[in-house]
Amino acid sequence: MNKTKWLILVVVVIAVVLVAAGLAISGVFSPAESRLILATTTSTQNSGLLDFILPDFKSKYGVKVDVVAVGSGQALENAKKGDADVVLSHAPSLEAPFMDQGYGIFKWKVMYNQFAMVGPSSDPAGVGSAWNVTVAFKKIADNSSTFLSRSDNSGTYTKEMQIWALAGLNTSQFGSWYKEVGKGMEDTLMMTDELGGYTLTDEGTYFTLITTLSIVEVFRNDIVLFNQYSVIPVNPAKNLNVNVKYAVLFAEWIVSPETQDLIASYAANGHQLFFPNAEP
Amino acid sequence: MSELDIAQVVALSLYVSITATVLTSLVGLPLGAFLALKRFRGSWLMRTGVYTLFALPSVVVGLVVYTMLSHSGPLGFLDWLWTPIGMVLAESVLIFPLVTGLTISAVSDVDESVRLTIKTLGASNRQLMMRVMHEARFGIFGAVMVGFGRAISEVGAVWMVGGNIKGSTQVITTAIMQQTQMGDFGTSFALAGILLIIAFVVFFVIREIQERD
Amino acid sequence: MTLGLAVEAAGISKSYGGSAVLSGVNLKVEAGELFAMLGPSGSGKSTLLRILNLLEQPDNGEVTFGGSESVLRDGQRLRRRMTMLLQRSVMFRDTVFGNVAYGLRLRGMQEREIRDRALNALGDVGLQGFERRKASTLSGGEAQRVAFARAIAIEPEVLFLDEFTANLDPPNIKMLESALAAYRQKTGCTVVMVSHNPFQAQRLAKRCLFLYQGEVLGSGSIDDVRRLDDDRTAAFFRGDLI
Repeated sequence: MNKTKWLILVVVVIAVVLVAAGLAISGVFSPAESRLILATTTSTQNSGLLDFILPDFKSKYGVKVDVVAVGSGQALENAKKGDADVVLSHAPSLEAPFMDQGYGIFKWKVMYNQFAMVGPSSDPAGVGSAWNVTVAFKKIADNSSTFLSRSDNSGTYTKEMQIWALAGLNTSQFGSWYKEVGKGMEDTLMMTDELGGYTLTDEGTYFTLITTLSIVEVFRNDIVLFNQYSVIPVNPAKNLNVNVKYAVLFAEWIVSPETQDLIASYAANGHQLFFPNAEP
Repeated sequence: MSELDIAQVVALSLYVSITATVLTSLVGLPLGAFLALKRFRGSWLMRTGVYTLFALPSVVVGLVVYTMLSHSGPLGFLDWLWTPIGMVLAESVLIFPLVTGLTISAVSDVDESVRLTIKTLGASNRQLMMRVMHEARFGIFGAVMVGFGRAISEVGAVWMVGGNIKGSTQVITTAIMQQTQMGDFGTSFALAGILLIIAFVVFFVIREIQERD
Repeated sequence: MTLGLAVEAAGISKSYGGSAVLSGVNLKVEAGELFAMLGPSGSGKSTLLRILNLLEQPDNGEVTFGGSESVLRDGQRLRRRMTMLLQRSVMFRDTVFGNVAYGLRLRGMQEREIRDRALNALGDVGLQGFERRKASTLSGGEAQRVAFARAIAIEPEVLFLDEFTANLDPPNIKMLESALAAYRQKTGCTVVMVSHNPFQAQRLAKRCLFLYQGEVLGSGSIDDVRRLDDDRTAAFFRGDLI
């Protein structure tokens, strides 16, 4: 029985070491301040902008920013639950109630990009000739052209719904040409490409994938398609554990002239993806 | 993803899965043996409970652990959400029924006459359990390996609880999901290849053990 | 030479699921004697043996050892002074040495002493040199001999044998019977032997009891029991009753 006892002891020691190591790398032994959790959207994360600019924050303030990327809706929900310290989102219609309910300390503009409609270069629905985006959407519906909707809680989806509402159309009455895919922006674009249909996308994601897609931009530059990104440090009054100090520092850093320049310099496939517009 | 990123992701996958397997085995193996050997009031219920939990979907486990670890949840004070240790917890909960259930099977498979012989040689109850587990060691080891294989293949639960944070809580499976979403198939396939190699190694080890049985 | 324990059973009954397997069994085995329990298959011999070996509880009745040592008081320690051999012995997934040493390891002996006792026991059954063999590779006869070595290595004071040579060929039977005799000679242990082979009983035992469908039809010296005025007993001793 000695061999067995020895084996059990070894396993227990291994377990303790593994757990201790895990606790250490999980930051349990480090001060709570040393970790900043940024809740943002998958499209923002996947554009690569954050990988580009965040190292600057780390070198200036010594804190690594951990990015949790989900849909806009969940990002704000995470913040409400205290699972994020600062939010970078682009869904004004969801941000408004969030601020009204007191979950954010303040909200600052950071940058914008545009939404655009993409579709086959032959443009069968004649979207390109529409004089505003509402008309463009109406043409899609009239033509029963294949249209892919993200149908998640993302900023893009929110924008899409906004436009259908402006056009006076009810998506629940659409035929099978209207496809609710429940996917992220890249997946949706790739599916749209495969099906030769139309969709609404943020230009950032589109330019990142441009070399792999055959669909092209068919409509852009309507004021409605303006996609505003804002930074919101989470209010500690609702959740005591929030890393307020660095959340606010993060907001200040992202609207600072140096960072704003950095944002402007970020390009994918030769296209600038984000346009800084922080107010001084 | 750079080679360093990939190495980091693989290392974390292995760490989370191995730790979860070790922790689960420490509890599940003796518990499984105990449930297989002892008939007490309620042991049937517990065994049935373990087998029923086999059917528990991993997303449900992920959701429950996520809700508990959230700062608005009962275990929020631990600060384990979005961390590797949180992922270890989720994985442990996930594979616990599997490892325990398969241990119950392996120990139950040991013939009644073996138990009788052990008793005739003067074993106490604790010594009986240890010897029966020793006799069932191949099946028990298989249970542990199956648990590990399940853990390292998991996507949903570790995504929900870990957050797939670059450089922090990204594992092979969530990285494959993300890179595929982004259209980066090269990295996805590379990671998938690595995961397959790990899976095959586990498979071969299990087969080797079964051969020796 | 230490004498084995006397075994006494009074009023033993046991039922399984409504049917009585043993009813009102009494027996008395003297210290150091080889006592046979005879009867056809299904007479309850194995159950009785397990009860005597303290592996099962009777529904009624009591088993006592050494005249006064009551079971209730001494349980585990008492159980360790006796052991049982089955008709088809179970080998552990281990080497031959591992098997023979198991009982000794349970008792927390020193490795050196374990080694000596185990090797001696293997020698007593003519299996010296077999230590490192994997027990799963043994033939039936070899396994039974290893089981015997495993049993005597712990030096039990009472040895219960449940048809322990029933599956063996004559050379192995002879081998084990002489090993048994040698062990008894050395330690004076008590042996309670179940057999459905009347010829073996006559060969080895002086006293016996005859069990038929859970009841003792007769007990005493072999001759007395053989001459019992009962068809069933007579048939058994002729070798006609299985």
